[in-house]
Amino acid sequence: MNWPLIRRNGRNGANGNGAIIHMDGITKVYDTGKVKVEALRGIDLSVQKGEFVAIVGPSGSGKSTLMNLIGCLDTPTGGQFDLAGEAVAGLDRDQLADVRNRRVGFIFQNFNLLPQISAFENVEMPMLFGGVSKRERRERACELLERVGLGNRMDHKPTELSGGQMQRVAIARALAMNPDILLADEPTGNLDSASGGDIMTLFKNLWEQGGTLVVVTHDMALANRAGRVVEIRDGLIVRDTANAA
Amino acid sequence: MSISGPLEVFRQLYRNLRSQKLRTFLTTFGIVWGTVAVSLLLAFGQGLHKSMIQSAAGLGDRIVIAWPARTSLPWEGIGKGRRLLMTEDDIGAIKQQALGLAGISSEYAKSFKVHNGNKTMMVDVSGVSPVFGTMRNLIPQEGGRFFDPLDMSDRRRVAFIGDAFAKDFLGEPNPVGKTFMLADSPFLVVGVLKPKEQDSSYSGRDKDKMFIPSTTFRAITGEKTMDDFIYKAGTPEGNKALTLDIRGILAKRLHFDPKDDQALMVWDTTDMFAFMDAFMLGFQLFLGIVGSLTLVVGGIGVSNIMNVVVEERTREIGIKMALGAKRGYVLRQFLLETMTLTGIGGALGLLLSAGICAVFPKFGLTEYVGVPLVSPSVAALTAGVLGFVGLLAGYFPARDAANLDPVIAMKL
Repeated sequence: MNWPLIRRNGRNGANGNGAIIHMDGITKVYDTGKVKVEALRGIDLSVQKGEFVAIVGPSGSGKSTLMNLIGCLDTPTGGQFDLAGEAVAGLDRDQLADVRNRRVGFIFQNFNLLPQISAFENVEMPMLFGGVSKRERRERACELLERVGLGNRMDHKPTELSGGQMQRVAIARALAMNPDILLADEPTGNLDSASGGDIMTLFKNLWEQGGTLVVVTHDMALANRAGRVVEIRDGLIVRDTANAA
Repeated sequence: MSISGPLEVFRQLYRNLRSQKLRTFLTTFGIVWGTVAVSLLLAFGQGLHKSMIQSAAGLGDRIVIAWPARTSLPWEGIGKGRRLLMTEDDIGAIKQQALGLAGISSEYAKSFKVHNGNKTMMVDVSGVSPVFGTMRNLIPQEGGRFFDPLDMSDRRRVAFIGDAFAKDFLGEPNPVGKTFMLADSPFLVVGVLKPKEQDSSYSGRDKDKMFIPSTTFRAITGEKTMDDFIYKAGTPEGNKALTLDIRGILAKRLHFDPKDDQALMVWDTTDMFAFMDAFMLGFQLFLGIVGSLTLVVGGIGVSNIMNVVVEERTREIGIKMALGAKRGYVLRQFLLETMTLTGIGGALGLLLSAGICAVFPKFGLTEYVGVPLVSPSVAALTAGVLGFVGLLAGYFPARDAANLDPVIAMKL
């Protein structure tokens, strides 16, 4: 493996200590008008580059909210959040889109592939938004699909693929822009255990190559493969432990 | 959002359209349908209008026809009921005195027996001046002519004949150069009427008639007094004043009361045109309203499709935005798609309408409703309006979708 699937070093010089994620007193309040829901009540979390962190917790604990904040899909109500050394607070929607495009690779539970276009075109899409040249897009999409073991399925549409294959397309897509961090939300939640195992192995490989991964999961098998487990309850971190290697 | 060049944009567009075949088809179909409906409606209106004007002009181009008749009022000690007799001298006086006269011709009419070999026929013959030809829209077929001032002054035995009569009597559609016998004299055919629509007449349709110089007519018949005369003013609006003027001139010369409108009977064909213009204006207005309503219905259809489409694609928009697409990109994509579909739909609609109009004359109804005429500007305008409606209908939901949190949009 002579080229990085995932960036080893923060592009904008993640701050000196190499933190990709730096959260300080993060709160998130959903105000529906009548009811105010405090989803996060003060999260302090740092993730160094090259870490593989699993975020666990029961439904409604706030882990999905945290995941959306880390992925810049949403902005915190209060607190300080730096992603790869860049403050996210105060960015407008288009700037957030740009941050997502360059720094974050998303992997979703339900894959979120576009059904009408081929696996190749799905992988190519983030690079289209990122302004990557056509030649480079083609090369990189082919390389990534081969890397996840779908070199012979590039022209297949997602509907023609199995769940495990779809998730591998999604991982290839997440890697397309060479992101600072790979962010996965229940990546094995919709997969049988064999396919789930493949995905876990793929994650482990990415980690070993120096990638930074944050995975939200119920799946303790997956959480146990991570280097570190963060448990959330009622919007607060209640446990943060390193797994034995 | 930097996308590598316009080519890339169109590749994306093609990919999106291809991947949404039903939607692409429905939207395009809606615009094609609307365009065809409105363009055909107005095309038939236009065709009918043109055909009516043409048929009306078959009698002449905004001319006035006048018949000297009997007086209905006593005048200068002479009782009423006296027959007025008009000669070429009276025409000469009108030419000299009437203001704003553009053309005038006397007309002498009589039925003659004509012979061509063993064939004998009766035909209505009019003796007229050369100017009569253009005034009455007697246009010769190729290779022919109406008679000229020289024919007139030399009293030549030349004839301009109607196209139907030419076929019946001489057995061919354009027998220029043939001779036949009229009143024991040989006559030469110098021109044959080019077939025309004629919806009104005063002594038979021109296609069945024969026209010879009035000088020749008078020489062979000895006739001195004309049956009628036709004239026109320089402008269509001038006909009314000119008619008053001519009535005055003739009243003085022929001694009748200038207020006696029975003495000189007048048919001003501009009245007919005025009526027709008013009628057509109303008709076009009616078609315009029906067209607009059709357009509204079409617009609702297109906007409905666009609305559904955006709802359907909210998840797609959410995914794209999660992966880093900016709002501008999403909106631009929708606008470009709509505009492309509108363009294609409009062009198809125009082609289809033009095709229908091209085939229509084969059904043989053109005599009654004319040849429909598609106006490209109407088609373009129709497609444009439908596209604009679609654009609005697509833009707002797309903007709403692009304003959603990607997380929420993805879950829809």
